[in-house]
Parts: sequence; structure tokens; C-alpha cells
Amino acid sequence: MNILVCITHVPDTTSKIQFTDNNTKFDSAGVQFIIGPYDDYALARAVELRDQTGGKLTVLNVGLAESDPTLRKALAIGADEAIRVNSEPKDSFFVAKQIAHYAKEGGYDLILMGRESIDFNGGMVHGMVGELLGMPSFSPVMKLDVEGTTVKMAREIEGGKEMLEASLPLIAGCQEPIAEWKIPNMRGIMSARTKPLNVVEPVTDETQAVATQYQLPPAKGAVKLVDKDHVEELVKLLKNEAKVL
Amino acid sequence: MSILVYIEHAEGKVKKTSLEAVSFANALAAKTGEGEVVALALGTIGQDELASVGKAGASKVLHGSDDRLTAGVIQAHASAVAQAFEKVGAKTVVLAKSSLGDAVAARLAIKINAALVSNVVELPDTSAGYKVKRSIFTGKAFAETEVTTENKILAIKKNAVDLKTDGGDATVETFDVSLSDADFASKITSTERATGEVLLPEADIVVSGGRGLKGPENWGMIEDLAKTLGAATGCSKPVSDIGWRPHHEHVGQTGVKVAPSLYIAIGISGAIQHLAGVNSSKCIVVVNKDPEAPFFKAADYGIVGDAFEVVPKLNEALKAEL
Ligand SMILES: Cc1cc2nc3c(=O)[nH]c(=O)nc-3n(C[C@H](O)[C@H](O)[C@H](O)COP(=O)(O)OP(=O)(O)OC[C@H]3O[C@@H](n4cnc5c(N)ncnc54)[C@H](O)[C@@H]3O)c2cc1C
Ligand SMILES: Nc1ncnc2c1ncn2[C@@H]1O[C@H](COP(=O)(O)O)[C@@H](O)[C@H]1O
Repeated sequence: MNILVCITHVPDTTSKIQFTDNNTKFDSAGVQFIIGPYDDYALARAVELRDQTGGKLTVLNVGLAESDPTLRKALAIGADEAIRVNSEPKDSFFVAKQIAHYAKEGGYDLILMGRESIDFNGGMVHGMVGELLGMPSFSPVMKLDVEGTTVKMAREIEGGKEMLEASLPLIAGCQEPIAEWKIPNMRGIMSARTKPLNVVEPVTDETQAVATQYQLPPAKGAVKLVDKDHVEELVKLLKNEAKVL
Repeated sequence: MSILVYIEHAEGKVKKTSLEAVSFANALAAKTGEGEVVALALGTIGQDELASVGKAGASKVLHGSDDRLTAGVIQAHASAVAQAFEKVGAKTVVLAKSSLGDAVAARLAIKINAALVSNVVELPDTSAGYKVKRSIFTGKAFAETEVTTENKILAIKKNAVDLKTDGGDATVETFDVSLSDADFASKITSTERATGEVLLPEADIVVSGGRGLKGPENWGMIEDLAKTLGAATGCSKPVSDIGWRPHHEHVGQTGVKVAPSLYIAIGISGAIQHLAGVNSSKCIVVVNKDPEAPFFKAADYGIVGDAFEVVPKLNEALKAEL
């Protein structure tokens, strides 16, 4: 089975979010970048499926050269080759168009993504690519098993989950507990250096919804502490001051 | 012209988040002069319930009553919304962010050649161009987004507008959706859903427990407190990882993002990944025995104390007051 996993190159989940240039650019000073946590789940499941069925596992990122270490990490975790579409990911539509183009060229049986990126949290690139390729798309998928050409999935819904059956090829936006995150071992890191990382050019520059200005939420005031022996005080505050009861 | 709102329902009721989307569309129409608000409901649901969507600001509800649409088959729903969009001659689709809504909106965006903006937190600024404010970095920041297409889809974050309740009844019209086999290429074989409980992503009050509660057997007091408040229950990631609580209760960066009026965190340290899921809450209360717990920095009110002592007392005090 040939599998494509699309990964984002995003600030570590503990990063302090700040902007520069009059709040028009993300401030990457001192920020560590990682594979998006949901993309990491997708990758982990893809490695398991590739090991199970054979075939090839390709990872793809739409991003600039700064994404290369993130792609190398994915190779160290177990991907066989990497593709970087050499452009800033301007908006979801732009990214989806690039992925759809290169996914079609590769003729993949299964395309796994994260349920959402943790920078723009759109949760939409998988659906867009699905529609562009005429393939079914599912998200957020928390379980995915392949039996022949049948795929059995569990998709999270509000307050529970639904079990689904569909046929390959398809696209899934993944989340835990689909697989455990995999940590690259020494052998993986060594072999990643020689695996192919192909840089290709974007196929279109169309965009639809580009972020132009950023803003941080207002700072929070100090916490009001209530004595543990007078919890009725808290009830009064919630009722009369915060007015949330 | 009109604005189309894709609404969802469960257990015979239109979801509250969908009613918020209707109210958002109503306010948007008043601002842009896009005419009336038309809601689209798919699958089996009562006519009276649909008419009541009018209260939130819709003048008409299209009902695609084909029972195959009752389960949320993503492709089929996307096709149905695209057909309704065509029929009413809309330029804008509004919907609530949800598991199904997100999946449908993404496919719809390509079908109707519309820009999709997700996590929208307020009405667009149409004074020069079309700018939409959305929440990004899991609630840690906002982005002003410039939309350049004629057709638009806005996926609304919870609490982006006040729910309107003073509208009249909507007229309900049957809408024939034409569906192909391809729309049903995937099958939902079964559904497991907590019934009768307040659903976490939509709850107005959430009571959450963390590893400080020591074990699943101690969740009784969390559930009691939630019951008193009519709240949903949530938990931190390690709690669902160890299996003390079901996965769909896990709140945070990699779990459910909540935006209730009141979030009560009990025995949760307040790691940045947990805060990412709760930072849109209106009011946060923290109960933790460690005065240095980081959660206190993100809280409005706090009690430093042992949960096993504080929670039952708080429950009694609330019962006396409510
Ligand atoms: C990529 C990534 C993503 C993550 N995503 C999430 C996420 O989405 N959601 C999430 O929650 N976490 C997430 N985490 C994990 C997160 O970093 C923390 O480890 C986790 O939130 C800690 O859970 P906790 O507060 O329940 O446990 P702990 O950190 O162990 O804290 C327990 C707290 O309980 C208090 N306590 C102990 N006993 C009592 C008592 N008797 N009474 C009162 N208080 C008591 C302690 O003082 C302490 O503050 C993520 C981590 C990573 C790396
Ligand atoms: N720039 C990108 N390069 C590769 N994959 C991406 C990119 N942006 C988003 N994706 C994929 O699409 C998923 C959903 O992203 P989003 O719609 O931005 O929330 C992510 O989890 C990734 O798998």
C-alpha cells in the first residue's frame, strides 16, 4: 500500500505565541518547531500500516526550507521519502491545491493527515483535498484498520464516536488514540540522512483567505482566592460578580 | 439573496451551537443586507422543532427529510448543502464548528468555490473589503483574515454571538436533495453516543478533573457537582490516557476545545496544553492543593485546598444557593 502523510511544521505546544512587524508576522525567535501533534499520530499509524502491508510511505509538507529538519524527523520515524512543496503555506486552499496535485501524481492508496494544524486550527485541508481528488474524507478519525481494500474507522463525534466503513483510496484526518507517537531511534536518524527529500515547486498561487494581521488576547487579571473553609463565598462571587450561575 | 445556515440536530433537537450560527447569520444579514436567513436541516426531525429555529433568527427552514441523511454522512451532507446553496442563491454559508460541520464545510468550500474561514469569533468587518477575525494557535491568538472570493463559508466558534430568542416561527419547506450512490460510498455501521448527558463541546458549564483526583473511583464527587450545576464533565489528557475517563472528555490542545461560561478545574495542574483547550471560557475556577499550580495564573477564582475536602462542600453550598 502506498501511503501519503501530510505534515505541518508548527511551534511546539509549549511555545509562547508572539508577533512582530506590527503584528503582521509570527515571531519565531526562540521557538522550537515540531511535527504537528495530530500529524504525528497520522505518521505513527502510517508507519504501522506500511510495516504491516509493505509498500511505500511518503511525507509531504508545504513550506519553506526551515521545514526540512521536521521532514527529516519524519523520515527518521519511518517514512521512506519526503516531498517539500517549496512555498510559504499561504492559506488552507493554497495548501490543499498543492497537496491534491502531488497526491494525484503519486497515486496513493491512503492519505493521512492530522485532524487539524495547531497554528491555524482549520481542520479543513483534508476535506478540501478529498473534494479536489473526488475521494472520500473523514475526520477526526481515532481508529483506522485496513483489511484488503476495506477501511474500518472510528470517527469522534460530540459526546461519542461512530464506526465507519469505506473503501480505499481515502483520506483521513487523524487524532489519538489511533496510534502511539513514535520516537526516532538511532538507526532511524542515521538512515534519514540518506533518504530522498525532494523539493518541488508550487503548482498554483491561488489563495482565498489570507491572514493579514494578528492579535493577542487581553491579559488576564489576577486570580481571586477564596478560603477553603468559606466556599459559600465562591458561590456568591460566581452568582453576583461573575454572573455565571 | 439570502444567507444559508447548515444546522445540525441530535436526539430530535436542533443543536444549540447551530442556533448560535443562525443568530450569527441573522446579525450578519442585518449588517451586509444579504436578505433573509434560510436554514437547512437534513434527516428526520420534527416540523415543530424546525419551525422554532425562527426564534434564533431564520425566516425559512429547508428540510431535506431523506432518512439516509439522518446519520451524518459527510459526502452526502456536503452535496446537499451545495444544492441548497444553489437553490436559495446565497453567497454566504454559516455553520457551527463541530465534528461533522468541519468535515462538511471543507468539501463544500471546493464544491461552491468559496473561501472557508474557521473559528470565526465576531461579525466580519466589511468597511473595506471583507475581513474576518478568527481564533488561531488554539485560542492563544487571533488573526484578521482577508477574504477575496465572492462566495464565503464562515464556521463559527461557540459564543461568537449572543443567542437570539425573540424571532417568530420559521416556515418549513421540504427540500428534495438529489443524492447519488457515490454520496453514500461510506457507511456508518454504528454510533456510540452518551445520551441524556450535557455534551462537553456545547456545555455552558464544565466541571473537569485531573490526575489530582487519584483514581476513577473518585469521580463520583465530580459528577455530583456537575449534576448540581447542569454541567458537562471533562478531564485532563493523562486522565483519559490511563482510561479513568472516556477519550471524548479530554480537554485541551489535543482534545476538546471548550468555551463555556464557567469552567471548574479540579486537581489539574494547568499545563499550557490543557489551558489551550479552555482559554476561551468566560470564567475559570481552579481548585488545587498546590498554591503554585500554574492554573491559578489563568484563573478568575481559586481555592487552595484538598479537592476531597473542598468539592463536597462546594457542592453543598451550591445546592443551598441554586
Ligand atoms: C503535545 C502535547 C499535547 C498535550 N495535550 C494535552 C491536552 O490536550 N490536554 C491536557 O490536559 N494535557 C495535554 N498534554 C499534557 C500536559 O502537558 C500535562 O501533562 C497534563 O495536562 C497534566 O495533567 P494533570 O494536570 O491532570 O496532572 P498533573 O500535572 O499531575 O497535575 C495534578 C494536579 O493535581 C493537584 N492535586 C493533587 N492532589 C490534589 C488534591 N487532593 N486536591 C487538589 N489538587 C490536587 C496537584 O497539585 C497538581 O497540580 C499534552 C502534552 C503534550 C506534550
Ligand atoms: N503546510 C502544510 N503542509 C502539509 N500538510 C499540511 C499543511 N497544512 C495543513 N496540512 C495538513 O492538513 C491537516 C489539517 O490542517 P488545517 O486544515 O490547517 O487544520 C494538518 O494536520 C496536516 O496534516
